[in-house]
Amino acid sequence: MVQLSTKIGSLELKNPVMTASGTFGYGTEYADFMDISRLGAIIVKGTTLAPRQGNPYPRMAETPSGMLNAVGLQNKGVDYFVDHIYPEVQKIGTAIIVNVSGSCIDDYVQTASIINTLDGIPAIELNISCPNVKQGGMAFGVNPESAAQVVSAVRKAYDKTLIVKLSPNVTDITEIARAVEGAGADSVSLINTMLGMAIDAEKRRPILSTVTGGMSGPAVKPVALRMVWQTAKAVKIPVIGLGGICSATDAIEFLLAGASAIQIGTANFIDPSISEKVVDGIADYLERHGFNSVQDIIGALQV
Amino acid sequence: MKKFQLDLIVADNRMAGPSATLLTLQYPGELPDMVAGQFAELQVPSAKVLLRRPISIHSIDRKNNLIEFLIQIVGEGTQSLADIKAGEKVNVLLPLGNGFSYRSTHVAKPLLIGGGVGVAPLLFLGQEFAEHGIRPTFLFGGRTEALILRKEEFQKYGDLFMTTEDGSAGEKGFVTNHSLLLDSEHFDRIYACGPTPMLKAVAHWAKEHEIACEVSLEHRMACGIGACLCCVEDTADQGNVCVCKEGPVFEIERLKWFN
Ligand SMILES: Cc1cc2nc3c(=O)[nH]c(=O)nc-3n(C[C@H](O)[C@H](O)[C@H](O)COP(=O)(O)OP(=O)(O)OC[C@H]3O[C@@H](n4cnc5c(N)ncnc54)[C@H](O)[C@@H]3O)c2cc1C
Ligand SMILES: Cc1cc2nc3c(=O)[nH]c(=O)nc-3n(C[C@H](O)[C@H](O)[C@H](O)COP(=O)(O)O)c2cc1C
Ligand code: FES
Repeated sequence: MVQLSTKIGSLELKNPVMTASGTFGYGTEYADFMDISRLGAIIVKGTTLAPRQGNPYPRMAETPSGMLNAVGLQNKGVDYFVDHIYPEVQKIGTAIIVNVSGSCIDDYVQTASIINTLDGIPAIELNISCPNVKQGGMAFGVNPESAAQVVSAVRKAYDKTLIVKLSPNVTDITEIARAVEGAGADSVSLINTMLGMAIDAEKRRPILSTVTGGMSGPAVKPVALRMVWQTAKAVKIPVIGLGGICSATDAIEFLLAGASAIQIGTANFIDPSISEKVVDGIADYLERHGFNSVQDIIGALQV
Repeated sequence: MKKFQLDLIVADNRMAGPSATLLTLQYPGELPDMVAGQFAELQVPSAKVLLRRPISIHSIDRKNNLIEFLIQIVGEGTQSLADIKAGEKVNVLLPLGNGFSYRSTHVAKPLLIGGGVGVAPLLFLGQEFAEHGIRPTFLFGGRTEALILRKEEFQKYGDLFMTTEDGSAGEKGFVTNHSLLLDSEHFDRIYACGPTPMLKAVAHWAKEHEIACEVSLEHRMACGIGACLCCVEDTADQGNVCVCKEGPVFEIERLKWFN
């Protein structure tokens, strides 16, 4: 048996496969299709202090080898999460990580301190990179000073594993990664979606209600892989890689590039049991290449 | 209702109109229970298509474990589905969403209104009514006669009335202008599926005549199982809800269509 466990800060995961925020609901949506307890972690939907209705329909467009979304952080707010969703997800049998979003520093801090009181939630992923809300979200993540500011404020209020999710819509992602590392982040995850756009030529109108939206899926994978490789060299904290991962081979590429764990997003829509297949596929790869542990391939890219 | 991911085998795939295909899939085991109005997410066998395509369950043959889909060819995904050959496999997720309410509400005189390929889920619904000894009325609209699909099949289960925009079949005009609707006493519930402008016209007519009405929406979807929140409709009672999970069938009272 090969060792699949990996560590993100003080958080030990049974394997490096997580599901990406906003693409896996609260996990239970997928329970008919796979054994969700086999995942390393489930990152639940973006959660904000107050409930949010999100953006108007249409919120989705398929693009070549990818998709655009403009959901806009629709969620029922952190109190609803605590009262109604937490009791359910706690029973799943894998690490549940809450993705936290906000439109000002105080929102992030208050939401994080509420989640801090939940014993069954070992980590949060701070989303400073959502391109789909007007104020905040990505605004924090595209500038090293504001990124560091929100992370240090949350760090004071949150004492478990703090993951910060980075935006690819920047000139130099390593600069932001170093800034949030300096501000106390335990890990960075990347990438969030890339800002994109789709047009219906017949109607001469944008397809999304918000005109622009976040691009994800296989089309973004080369960009994500490059950013993970650069970031893993630039910081000492563990990097979580995502962006277009659709198979165990894709996942292994991110691990080789230096990611300590990976997330699967859009691919869950194509095959709702893909994440379980990726767990098995990584184990097969390790056995086939004679490795004892997944740790042996993290950052093992030979350049 | 438990959802399944199944590999189904193409038993038959043939044209069913000028640009529509009738795809029949077979399951080697026993098909799960499904409600008319529910849909499936079909994986498309084309490298150019990433996401699954949501398609209504058109009819079911429980004895032979066959399931039919009536698909209008509008783009790459539906074209690839029309090109699949007998013997090939299609991966499907089903049954998804909430279907029409016929199992829980008592209906004696149902009116099933369809526009274009929106007739698709109404065959399954008509079959379900027929099985319970109720003969439904179908009222279908299309631009021309050729675009009203599978007329003979529907006539097996109920009475079919039509409107066409060019007058080539039935009455000329839109479904809501049909003389059948002059006497609203004929019906106690309407089930409608088709283009949104038609659904809105039907909903307004139903509301005005105080007839219960449910409509099936066809929003753009990514996951089809309530996980991504891409497919929302704004409702009067709960704001944005997922059409794939709360719908695709909605009681018109829940929709913000009347202001
Ligand atoms: C619950 C549900 C049930 C459905 N049942 C059926 C069915 O039984 N039979 C059937 O033929 N179709 C059905 N549809 C519609 C079908 O899913 C789409 O026609 C199909 O996904 C189009 O795929 P494509 O790749 O061929 O076209 P694309 O290339 O994706 O699109 C072709 C054109 O149609 C437009 N378009 C595509 N999807 C939508 C949409 N949802 N709303 C508005 N415009 C859109 C695009 O903008 C483009 O102009 C259903 C949809 C839903 C949500
Ligand atoms: C429909 C949808 C909703 C998303 N919602 C969130 C969210 O709430 N918070 C977040 O941090 N990222 C969100 N994301 C971004 C994903 O978590 C992920 O970063 C991105 O999709 C890239 O990975 P992928 O190519 O594997 O999908 C969303 C993505 C999609 C497609
Ligand atoms: S399509 Fe994903 S929630 Fe409906």
